Amino acid sequence: MADFVSGFWNMYVMVLVAVSFVFCIVIIMLNMRVSGKVGELQPHKWDETLQEWNNPLPRWWMYLYWITIFFGIAYLIIYPGFGAFPGIAKWTSVGQWEQEMKRADEQYGPKFAKYRNMDVKAVAADPEAMAMGKRLFQTYCMQCHGADARGAKGFPNLTDNDWLGGDGSPEYIKTTIAQGRIGVMTPFKDILSEEQIRDVAHYVRSLSGLSHDAPRAERGATVFAENCAVCHGPDAKGNPLLGAPNLTDDIWLWGSSEAQIIANVTNGIQNRMPAFGEFLGEDKVHILTAYVWGLSNKR
Amino acid sequence: MANSKHELIERSVTLLIVATLLVVSVGGLVEIVPLFFQHSTTKPIDRQGNPLDVKPYDALRLTGRDIYVREGCYNCHSQMIRPFRAETERYGHYSVAGEYIYDRPFQWGSKRTGPDLHRVGGRYSDNWHIAHLRNPRDVVPESNMPAFPWLDRPISQRDINAIQGKMKTLRTLGHPYTDEEIAQAPAMLEGKTEMEALVAYLQGLGRALSNFQ
Repeated sequence: MADFVSGFWNMYVMVLVAVSFVFCIVIIMLNMRVSGKVGELQPHKWDETLQEWNNPLPRWWMYLYWITIFFGIAYLIIYPGFGAFPGIAKWTSVGQWEQEMKRADEQYGPKFAKYRNMDVKAVAADPEAMAMGKRLFQTYCMQCHGADARGAKGFPNLTDNDWLGGDGSPEYIKTTIAQGRIGVMTPFKDILSEEQIRDVAHYVRSLSGLSHDAPRAERGATVFAENCAVCHGPDAKGNPLLGAPNLTDDIWLWGSSEAQIIANVTNGIQNRMPAFGEFLGEDKVHILTAYVWGLSNKR
Repeated sequence: MANSKHELIERSVTLLIVATLLVVSVGGLVEIVPLFFQHSTTKPIDRQGNPLDVKPYDALRLTGRDIYVREGCYNCHSQMIRPFRAETERYGHYSVAGEYIYDRPFQWGSKRTGPDLHRVGGRYSDNWHIAHLRNPRDVVPESNMPAFPWLDRPISQRDINAIQGKMKTLRTLGHPYTDEEIAQAPAMLEGKTEMEALVAYLQGLGRALSNFQ
């Protein structure tokens, strides 16, 4: 409450609160005893016959009223609320959160510490660490890579030991999680004609042994060599340094249909894995690395 | 008056209304009015008074924000990370009041059917948001969020026409838009889809205390 524009507002709150308490107490004191004769029928009538007895307030009701007043006073003594007075418990929501975090650190810190200096492959062999990794994965990674880590269209499958930008080593996986990845493919709509793009799509399908139009694929081979081989390699086996996928296997990040390949070549691709290092911290990234590595390296 | 003190109030409707209003206004006077005079609720600062990088929404994000409201996203998604470990571990830094000074009205929400979105900015790629909004099941098979395929339509001419008035109104409420920003606002929305506006809005959320680029 220290950040009011002036000290007036602390006084304002305190005076209003104090006046309210006094008001409530005065009202209940004035109504504790019946004025006039108890049990007397009041002269006024509503709706022709409705009348009122002059009776005291029910006891339980009055006690509740007093209890409420005392509760309010006790609350403002213990907790913040009465102007600038922080309450004798010195409670703040952030203070409570800090304590909660500290308790969690004490409880889970040793578990993370145990794995911190262990080799990723050794961590992957530890069932407890893998249970932790699974929970972390289900919290932070499954939105894109799926609960089963098999990915979705545009989001890589992490269980097939096929890697876009590297060798699938623990170091590669850790860098990817911590620093993110960017995948870019040039759009070819201004470079190639629609026919050329269709030809190259048939050529790419032929590389994986999918159904294709042979003359188109033949023409597409030339287009490929002149435009695509720069990144995907003359043999179309990809280039991990550029994140260019191998086009000769049966793994398709975006799908293998002719229409999909044409769309990707035409419009290009802008894909991104966000960097999770700062958010998760080293310990969690380490466990997640082991978990993801383990998905493709089951013993 | 003979027997009861409350008869005076009960017999005079005007007096009863005045007394009732006085009593019920105390809560607001004590709990709401002082907030207008607090630095932490009216300036882009955190709880310690350090400045936060909070800027008013640009034209595209402002439009995206209106789409967020129009589609009722707040019915299932909150934008308020409470200082509980369970929430800060999952979403990031807890929310502070100074982050919302350009939210009119704020989108705190109350029903947390879906995840909190206050720190969603930068956490997923644009592609993810687009695929997810078109059909959440395409990326999260377990999701029960509705699909919003119609967002791929262009921002309506009506919305483009309205943007300058909207920004001017917000400026009178204290959002520091420059004349230039207001002048360029319609051009910024030209040729954009509602999807692009909404994703721009989502990607800008919670950046002041975010761990994502």
